[in-house]
Parts: sequence; C-alpha cells; structure tokens
Amino acid sequence: MILTRENILNFVITAGLILVPIYAVIVEEPFTITLATRAVIFSLAAVGLNIALGLGGMVSLGHAVFFGLGGYTMGILAFHAQSYIPLFEWPILIEGTKQMLVVWPLAMIISAIAAFVIGLLSLRTGGVYFIMITLAFGQMFFFFSISWSAYGGEDGLSIYVRNQFPLVNTLVPIQFYAICLAILMLALWINARLAKSSFGLALSAARQNTARVRNVGLDPKSIKLVAFVISGAITGLAGALFADLNRFVSPTMFSWQLSGEIMVFIIIGGIGRLYGPVLGAIIFVTLEHFLGGISEYWLVFLGLLLLLIVLFSRGGLVGLLVGRERVHE
Amino acid sequence: MGAANSCTQTCGVFMSFALFAEQVLNGLQSGIMLFVMAAGLTLIFGVMGLINLAHGSLYMVGAFAAAAAAAWTGSFLLALIAALIGAALVGMFVEMLVIRRLYDRDHLDQVLATFALILIFSEGTRFFFGSFPLFLDVPKVIAGPINLPIGIEYPVYRLIIIGVGLCVALGLWLLISKTRLGVQIRAGKNDREMIAALGVNISALYTFVFAIGAGLAGLAGALVGAIQSVQVGMGEPVLILAFVVIVIGGIGSIKGAFIGAILVGLTDTLGGIFLPELFKLFMEGSIATSLGSALASMLIYILMAVILVCRPQGLFGVEG
Repeated sequence: MILTRENILNFVITAGLILVPIYAVIVEEPFTITLATRAVIFSLAAVGLNIALGLGGMVSLGHAVFFGLGGYTMGILAFHAQSYIPLFEWPILIEGTKQMLVVWPLAMIISAIAAFVIGLLSLRTGGVYFIMITLAFGQMFFFFSISWSAYGGEDGLSIYVRNQFPLVNTLVPIQFYAICLAILMLALWINARLAKSSFGLALSAARQNTARVRNVGLDPKSIKLVAFVISGAITGLAGALFADLNRFVSPTMFSWQLSGEIMVFIIIGGIGRLYGPVLGAIIFVTLEHFLGGISEYWLVFLGLLLLLIVLFSRGGLVGLLVGRERVHE
Repeated sequence: MGAANSCTQTCGVFMSFALFAEQVLNGLQSGIMLFVMAAGLTLIFGVMGLINLAHGSLYMVGAFAAAAAAAWTGSFLLALIAALIGAALVGMFVEMLVIRRLYDRDHLDQVLATFALILIFSEGTRFFFGSFPLFLDVPKVIAGPINLPIGIEYPVYRLIIIGVGLCVALGLWLLISKTRLGVQIRAGKNDREMIAALGVNISALYTFVFAIGAGLAGLAGALVGAIQSVQVGMGEPVLILAFVVIVIGGIGSIKGAFIGAILVGLTDTLGGIFLPELFKLFMEGSIATSLGSALASMLIYILMAVILVCRPQGLFGVEG
C-alpha cells in the first residue's frame, strides 16, 4: 500500500476505532463503547450506501428500507424465538432464532431481494426520478411497518436478550463492539477490492458516461443494479446489528430521515472515499452526543454544517484533510 | 395526506351510496391539496431543474404563519393570506440566500442542501413554537355540513378547499399559457441562455417562480392544517406524496401533477376504507383489518410502480 495522506488518515481512523473503546474499558466508561458501537454500525450502513452513491452515482434516498429490513429480520426472528411461536408451520416448520450467524445472512438476503426489486423499478428511470422513487419506496415500507400490527406496529418490537455469537459473550459491550468493528473492516476491505475490480471500474464508468459503457458492450443498467443489490445487502446487515445494539426495532428504522442521515454521513465524510462514510458517521454520533447534550435543537447546527459543506466544500472532511483525490496511482 | 374520515365505526360491507360519495369527495379534497403542493414542486423542477426537499418545510411555514395570524387577528381569511404571503416571502428569502447557488449543481448537492434546510426549518420552528401541535380553527359558518343532492352531507369547508384548489389550477394554467410571464417561464424551461440574451432577467424570474411555488405550498399547509393540526414535521409526508404525484404525472407537467394528484388522493382515501372491508369478505375480521390497512398504506406506491413499469417518464412526461 502506498503511503498517501489518505492512507495515513484511514490508518489513524482505524487505530482510533480500536484504541478508544479499549481506553473506555480501562477507565470503565461503558457508554462510550455504546456510542462507538453506534458509530461503527452507522458507518457500515453508510459504507453500503457509498457503493451505490459514491461508486455507482445512484442517489438513493431510500436506504433506510434495507436498514429497516435488516432490523426487522432480526426482530421478527428473535420475537418468535423468545415467545416460542414458530414463524411458519407450513409447508415446513420454521422457528425463530437468536443466532447471529443465521440472522445476518437472512437479513442480507432479504435486503438484497428488496434492493433487487426496488433497483429494477427505480433504474428504469434516472436522475431526479430515481431520488423521488427511492424516497417513495422508503415511505411505503415505513407505512407498512406502522400499520402491520402483528409485529408491534407503531410501537415496535422489544427483544429481551441480545442475539448470540459462537465463542463470544455478546452481552459484554466491548465484545459486541469487536464483532461490529470486524464486520465494518471486512465491508471496507470488500469495498476497496470492489472499487479496483473490473466490475468496480465498469461501475465507475457507468456513473460517468453510460453511452460509452454501452458502446464497449456492457449493460450499464445491470451493472448498476448489481451494485445496488450489494449496497442494499450491506446496509441491511447494519440494520440487523443496530437492532442487536438497541434490542429494539421500530418503524423509525424505515423513516426517510434515516435515509437522509445515512447520506449525510457520506457527505460529511467525503463521497466516494473509502473512509468517508466512517469519518462522517463518527462525527455525526459525536455531534449528536455532545451538541445533543447542550441543546435539544442540535439538528439546527447539523443542518448549518451540512449546508456549509455542500455549498462551499467539495469532497467533505476527507477531502479537506487530505486534499483532492489522486486520479492516477 | 391520511384523509380523516368519519365512517370507520359504522362502515359495513354494503356501504350506502352516500357514504361512498363522501369518501370520493374526501379523496378529491386530499388530491386537490396534493396538487397545490405538487404544482409548485413540478414548476420549480421544470423551470430551474431543482429538486427541492424543503418544499414540505414551506408547507409547514404556511401553516404556522396561518395559525399565528389567526391567533393574532382572529380572522381565518387573513390567516390564509398570511400563509400565502408568509411562505412566499420565506421562499423568496431562501431562494436568494441558498437555493440560487444550487441551480448549477448536481441533484445530490440539491438533495443534501435542501435536506439541511429541512433540519434548520423544523428545529427552528420547534424552537419558536414548541413541539405541541397548534390548532387553526375554521370559522363556524363554514365548519358545519351542507346537504348535497341524493342525501349526501358534506362539510362546507372541505368543499371550499376543493374550490380553492380548482381556482389555483385554473390560475396557474392562465398564468402559464396566457400571460407574458408565462411565456418567459416556458421559454426558461427550454433555453435559459437564449431568453437571458433576449433581455429577460432570469434570476428575478427564477426567484418569482420559486416564490409562487412556496406560496402555494404555504396555502396548502394552512388549508390542510385547519382540518388536521399544525405541527413540526407535518410537511414531509405530504412532500413525499407530492413526489409520488410528480413521478406518476411526469416531472415538469402541471397537467400531469393535477391528474396524478387526483389519482393518488382517491387511491389513498378509498383504499384505506375499502380494502379492509374487501378482505373481510373472505377472511377473519381482525386479520382482515390488519392486512387490509397494511396493504392500503402501500397502495399508492404500488400504483406508482405500475405506472413506472408501463411509462417510466410518467403519464404526461416528455420522453428522454
């Protein structure tokens, strides 16, 4: 790996994500670990969106759909497990589960299927239509989750005990944090590999110039669709972890505000940058904690910050810290 | 715009015709208000190419301006005028301060900047007016029901809303197709540089168009606020419905917005009432209600999806 300023920044962020919670354990501040876990899970959700947005140029304002689906996958399975009511009795008996290793793949598959359908419909159009349609589909899931009373409706679902992971006691905050961080690192690694792969190059090309991509014999729409599905699956996994963190799922996981916030993480950090979403989510959670403690109207300040970043700085904080992206390596 | 309806307790499967007509009117009323909202959005997108998420905030600003004016003067008419002018002025101010810097940006920047505006508007309003809903009372004269033919009883106020909406539609049509300003607006859609070269002050024109859209959103907010309640966050659900309307009608088309809005209003209102009843025909009561209302809440999005599959550019959108 070349020692660019961006790589140094990425290394510093990674070190911070490892060292700060360890420090929190030593000084016995479990709440800091919870905050860090929150930041890491939001990062993961935003890394997912960044694949669609940063690499593929798809401005999806509906990624809360996948976050919520992941959350509800976990919530519904755990609900059936803790109440000993089977999920289905026909055609085969399916019971709920509290095993993360079962929940995660399911959350990703369900999110991926939803992303496939939404992507297939939304990619029929482009530009501003795409934004509005993804937003509308988000709202569809939101209202569905509110009015479907079997799983709590508006009140959401509470899970009594966090799900299990082999050989790890997930009830200990730092151990659960370690799981989340490991997944985030894996997702970042996949993201980096993806960006350099031939698929990633084709995706970037589809973002920049669809006509040329078509001329070399590739189908930009299906390339984008695949990226959208991968993106949705990663955000769905983040949703399942978020449900585990809070032991609670509710329709707010589907809300359009959340879709907006996931996008805000990316923009604060830096769009298309590997660690942009991570930095953005860390800053968001930090601001939420400290400004939220000072004023209950802290979102005004977030709004002003966001407005300033959009109007006057291209490339978010990563761009501000390390300068423009180098085109050639 | 979850239309309030008075029939949930008594609705049987065989609902009388009068009740059905009442629901159709409710659907029309909510559709017409959606149109007033969507017309501004689609005009702003058509002329300036801007996607404005903060349009819902202007709806809220109108409602709060109306509630404040009504509390101060006691006049409902003045409240509506305050909503229209207040929202238009706020819109103008925001356009000159922020929005005008976004016309040349890509859609992502527009989305983010207007999302930031939503945060600022919502929290700012919460700061000044508090989190509790305000109430805007309709004058007694028009609050009660009126007897229509074939035994239909319907609140006068809701009929007035439908009337106001139709006037707005007519007014917009006249403005755009019959006036000099309308010619400039249509020309601005097609070729910005050319009409600037012909001596039209394009930036004043844009500010004006934005202010019209903002004023209409404010008016809709006040009119609907009097039926529901005036509170922070009231604008965004309507905004998203207005997006659905525009997607269905075709972006930039006022006619499309009108037809799309009526379609969405009717589908949403009638679906919410009749789908649970329909399900009760072949299902156990509580499951039918739960499943029916869950499905009804998705109905307009399914409508949108179907239209997208058949006509990706919307009913009245231009190809490409």
